[in-house]
Amino acid sequence: MTLLDFARGPGLLFALAFFVVLTGWRLIGIALLRSNRDLSEPRNKAAWKGLRLIALRSWPRREFLGGSAFSEITGYTFHVGLLAVLFFYVPHTKLFAEVLDGLTGASLRIGGGWPTLPAGVATTLTVISLAALLAALVHRLVNPVKRLISNFDDYFSWLMTAAPLATGLMAHIYVGSSHEKSLLAVHLLTVNALLMWFPCGKLMHAFMLFAARGTTGVLFERKGAAI
Amino acid sequence: MNAPITPREEQHPLELDRPRVSVRVPIVRVDKQGTLSDRERVERAMRSFVADFGRTSAIYLESCIHCGMCAEACHFYEVTQDPEYTPIWKLEPFKQAYKREFGPLAPVFRALNLKAAVTAGQLEQWQHLIYDSCTVCGRCSLICPMGIDIAGLISQARHGMFQAGLVPHELWAVAERAAREGSPLGATPAVFKDRLEWLADDHEVEIPLDKPHADVLCTMSSIEIMKYPESVVATAKVMNHLGLVWTFRSDGYEATNFGLLSGNTAWQKQLTLKLIEAAIACGAKLLVLPECGHAYGALRWMGANLYGKPLPFRVVHISEFLAEHVRDGSLKLRKLAKSVTFHDPCQVSRRGGATEAPREVLQALGVELREMYPTKGTNWCCGGGGGVVAIHRADALRHKVFELKMKQIDATEAELPVTSCANCRQTFDDGQAHFHWHKTMHSLLELVADQLAEPAP
Repeated sequence: MTLLDFARGPGLLFALAFFVVLTGWRLIGIALLRSNRDLSEPRNKAAWKGLRLIALRSWPRREFLGGSAFSEITGYTFHVGLLAVLFFYVPHTKLFAEVLDGLTGASLRIGGGWPTLPAGVATTLTVISLAALLAALVHRLVNPVKRLISNFDDYFSWLMTAAPLATGLMAHIYVGSSHEKSLLAVHLLTVNALLMWFPCGKLMHAFMLFAARGTTGVLFERKGAAI
Repeated sequence: MNAPITPREEQHPLELDRPRVSVRVPIVRVDKQGTLSDRERVERAMRSFVADFGRTSAIYLESCIHCGMCAEACHFYEVTQDPEYTPIWKLEPFKQAYKREFGPLAPVFRALNLKAAVTAGQLEQWQHLIYDSCTVCGRCSLICPMGIDIAGLISQARHGMFQAGLVPHELWAVAERAAREGSPLGATPAVFKDRLEWLADDHEVEIPLDKPHADVLCTMSSIEIMKYPESVVATAKVMNHLGLVWTFRSDGYEATNFGLLSGNTAWQKQLTLKLIEAAIACGAKLLVLPECGHAYGALRWMGANLYGKPLPFRVVHISEFLAEHVRDGSLKLRKLAKSVTFHDPCQVSRRGGATEAPREVLQALGVELREMYPTKGTNWCCGGGGGVVAIHRADALRHKVFELKMKQIDATEAELPVTSCANCRQTFDDGQAHFHWHKTMHSLLELVADQLAEPAP
């Protein structure tokens, strides 16, 4: 078995299984915790309307614009780039199609039902995302607030996020060369590592975001407090 | 340093003749209560932290991405640019305890020592961040991109600090006095009764006390009773003007809750239950809370949860009460030809939801309302909430924060700054004296009482 065979075969399967089990463990572990019923008389009975905070908090309030602009811009840039390349770069969509076909038995129409990005656009987005990630890292190192509150999780999560982007870019650049398979194997290994780290650290915010914003939104809406 | 063995009155004498009321500047600070060993302090704190961790706090503590944006919303960071005042950093021992002792991955964190155990030294070091430099104003909760209610977590962290015997000298002293005497500032039932008699005579106003049956139970804060007794008179004038069957009760008048501010849940419950039981005893349908920010949170939003069932009466802040009566036309007011700016008390407005009520009242007064920027939910805190105003060693920092508030108010060029929280008011009085500022904070309630229209002949 070659390294590439391992990375996209048992390696990927193990990483996926680890991701699913640990993510489930963490989410279910939290969901099962006690949550006392609030017995106070609500100001707003339709507290569920506070769920709008999930969307609202995607952009800072007018009063807070400016102070957090750098974090917002770099954050959005690398998230958008990363997700666009992940879901719409042709080799990725082919892989997803294979996986989904295997799971559902249906045939996914690549390039038809599922939009894809031209290779040049995907490459540009990857470079921009990497630049934004680098800027975010430098900001974390030089900004006194971020430097103080950062820990291993922050830096390792950065590495785990940047590595697939960087190795993916390398693999794309060297398509057709003698290094193609090795680079693709390294890329897949970094993806596997990302999948395994994801439920262990702060990358879980991809899920927790909805829970935290939703919880605050509902609790605050009930009181009529500012959200 | 452990407490010297002297009577409590000698240890913590009150200081009621200054712009802000508290205990006197301690000759020797006692910021560590009891004679517990370091290990016992940590164990107690951990037990309390773990007892407080539930689904909501777990969601919050699992969500932080260390973006640091919360610093931008904190007045203490804003005026110092000191990263230590980053709100989420103030919770570091609490977060550490969660990861190591409670979270879904806690066994891994412990087994591999990936998260260090919280130490007594760390807790002592954090006392300054959890008490002196956090007014629990909740402004940070509005900027957090994850929506984490950091202020709510600070209140929980204070529970553990209290159990560990690590509460700032003044805060512990007034909280202990409140639990012992029923009031943090010496407004005992006898003092309260005496004051009511004196105020009723002086102002020729009827102030009922201990009516066996009343529709409305009014409450006061100790700051009002001891420092702003005009607020007691104003309450009586408004209630009498409305022709309500109302009363004060000597078994439940003190709405201040230093149990909440210091982090002692037992004392918090004891003080809350006094009010609830007094309201039930006189069959009140409505309990009116005074111009006090944290008193509103303590009873309006936490009271029923401590009581264990929904309250059999409504609870409103005095500004909400006034607004309701403006709305139904029963509160007749003379116009006031002044320009006014309104300072939102954090616990009533931002975190309590009663943001528009005072503005409705000001509109009824016919004043020209000049809003600060920012205002309402994102208004800057005065710097004295959460018990901070009582802590002497926090004065220099609090005054820096107050400069921010002065600038904000001066920019409106309004004639009268007005608020509906006596704690904010005393913070303003103290700031005014410190900076020789030309503005004096006014009480919304007192403004209303002064402008009551004469009853129709």
